[in-house]
Amino acid sequence: MTTSPGAPKDVQDIGTGTEAGPAGESAPVGGSVPAGESAPAEGSVPLERRLHPVTPLRRAWAPVAVLAGWAVHDPDGAQRQLMRLTTTVLLASLAAAVLGAALYGFLSWWFTHFSVTDTELRIRTGLVFRRTAHIRLERIQAVDVTQPLLARVAGVAKLKLDVVGTDKKDELAYLGQEEARILRAELLARAAGFAPETVHGVGEAPVRRLLHVPARVLAVSLVLTGATWGTLAAALVVPPLLWFATHSVWTVLATALPLLGAAGASSVGRFVTEYDWTVGESPDGLRIDHGLLDRTHETVPPGRVQTIHIVEPLLWRRRGWVRIELDVAGSSNSVLVPVAPREIAESVIARVLPGATVPSTLARPPRRAGRCLPLWWRGYGIAVTDTVFVARHGLLRRSISLVPHAKVQSVRLEQGPWQRRQGLADVRVDTGANKTVTARLRDAEEAAELLYAQADRALTGRREAGPDRWMA
Amino acid sequence: MWIALPPGLLRMRRLLLVVWLGLLTLATGLLLGLFAGPAWAAFALLPLAALLWGWPVLGRNWRSWRYAERADDLLISRGVLWHEETVVPYGRMQLVEVTSGPVERHFGLASVQLHTAAAATDARIPGLVPAEAERLRDRLTELGEARSAGL
Repeated sequence: MTTSPGAPKDVQDIGTGTEAGPAGESAPVGGSVPAGESAPAEGSVPLERRLHPVTPLRRAWAPVAVLAGWAVHDPDGAQRQLMRLTTTVLLASLAAAVLGAALYGFLSWWFTHFSVTDTELRIRTGLVFRRTAHIRLERIQAVDVTQPLLARVAGVAKLKLDVVGTDKKDELAYLGQEEARILRAELLARAAGFAPETVHGVGEAPVRRLLHVPARVLAVSLVLTGATWGTLAAALVVPPLLWFATHSVWTVLATALPLLGAAGASSVGRFVTEYDWTVGESPDGLRIDHGLLDRTHETVPPGRVQTIHIVEPLLWRRRGWVRIELDVAGSSNSVLVPVAPREIAESVIARVLPGATVPSTLARPPRRAGRCLPLWWRGYGIAVTDTVFVARHGLLRRSISLVPHAKVQSVRLEQGPWQRRQGLADVRVDTGANKTVTARLRDAEEAAELLYAQADRALTGRREAGPDRWMA
Repeated sequence: MWIALPPGLLRMRRLLLVVWLGLLTLATGLLLGLFAGPAWAAFALLPLAALLWGWPVLGRNWRSWRYAERADDLLISRGVLWHEETVVPYGRMQLVEVTSGPVERHFGLASVQLHTAAAATDARIPGLVPAEAERLRDRLTELGEARSAGL
């Protein structure tokens, strides 16, 4: 137990070995702790490294992008301004802008260092405002290696550690492709609890492929998704209507472009990101690789999954397809499998949450729940197994959520006045990924029992759960 | 096993209610009576009615608040119309905070707030005597440390 030095007396921190920054008033259990001063490393001095030398170039694009954005936004004004300038002035100012951006990019690259110690990844950055992030490796929730299209051409990659509380700045962009792979293996090996001497020899853990989504299935699944057609219809119907109403080109353009963008993102964009979706299993945890243009490789270590959702849109039901989403604390990525037949999806879930099975029958709310929520009450249902709490909601687009008992943070019972008259209550289960799974409209007595029973199961589930350092 | 809140919180809330709504009643009555005519002063009955309604409601709400320290978790129950009951296992607590604003301090009150990794966990016990708040904080911290676990 460490009480944060800068914290007021009344704030106590139950975190296991937290190093809190001086700014943290009620410092939570630390993921990344931006500290003003960096403490000396335990044992040997860690080797400080720089990012890939190609990094400054990504900043050099900024002024060009700004100019292009301005030209698109206000084409008349841009043309008038450009006519007034001579070619020399134009070239000179463009060169100056690019040079300035390149200098800024170079300096920020020069002043960014990172190092890996036995317990932490340290990122030291900032030219004017120094910032040191210490990311504790045993708190890693996921590791992402992403390669945008241009980065693929240049042979570099971004590495990001998902830890509760890290922000965008705490990613390593860019590293050499090979270097990123080696670093990821090293970070995972250290986080897993391998001895420091053996870490370098461990290397990449072998991957066993669990599932691959064929492009045809993905395309059909997107065609059968309501959102695709909804945005497309909006993009095709709204602009002509506006044209008849206003006869103003700019109004039509201003609405048509975002609508077309949304339509593109929900159809082509989704196809491009979810193309070649591969889920694999390795001792380091779950591997998710996907992307047609931008490649993403995610690794979720064992025991990090907080919730799993099985989503079943109406039009997929005849084919027996489902989509699996997962919640990991501190991570924004949520899709585990974009589309897969139900049995295969369930076998993947069994690998992700060991011992968990998706129950085939769920207990519906009592019939009088219809007085609280006509018709839709039929969509709700719950089940409890040895390892997971299961709740279903939705009538047309069914969604089943599974919460491992070990991940339950708190359990709440809620009852409004109308529910009380009907003798009903909701039970909410909060998880560490800031998501709440609700068992709605249960019988009041059953809900009260469920509340206590679920709290007890949270405890026993925790006792049986694996350690944070999964190889230790 | 249930522990109710000390009467200080009810006293504070009722006093605040009387002071604010009493002032509002007076101000409405006087201003409207002087500038718009005595008939308009009847509008002053609205805040007065709110005061008379609020007095027992505050009492009921205060009586509904209670908490229990069980072997492995803390239980908080509250609300009359919108009833809510929260269970937080000790091992899940990340942070225990004791807060006390200026008004609360004047009445010798303090609140204990529990934080878990889930932001949705709204586990707060208001209106405790500072000694009890500190005892609770120390005990929860101790229990939390013994059972602590990661995410």
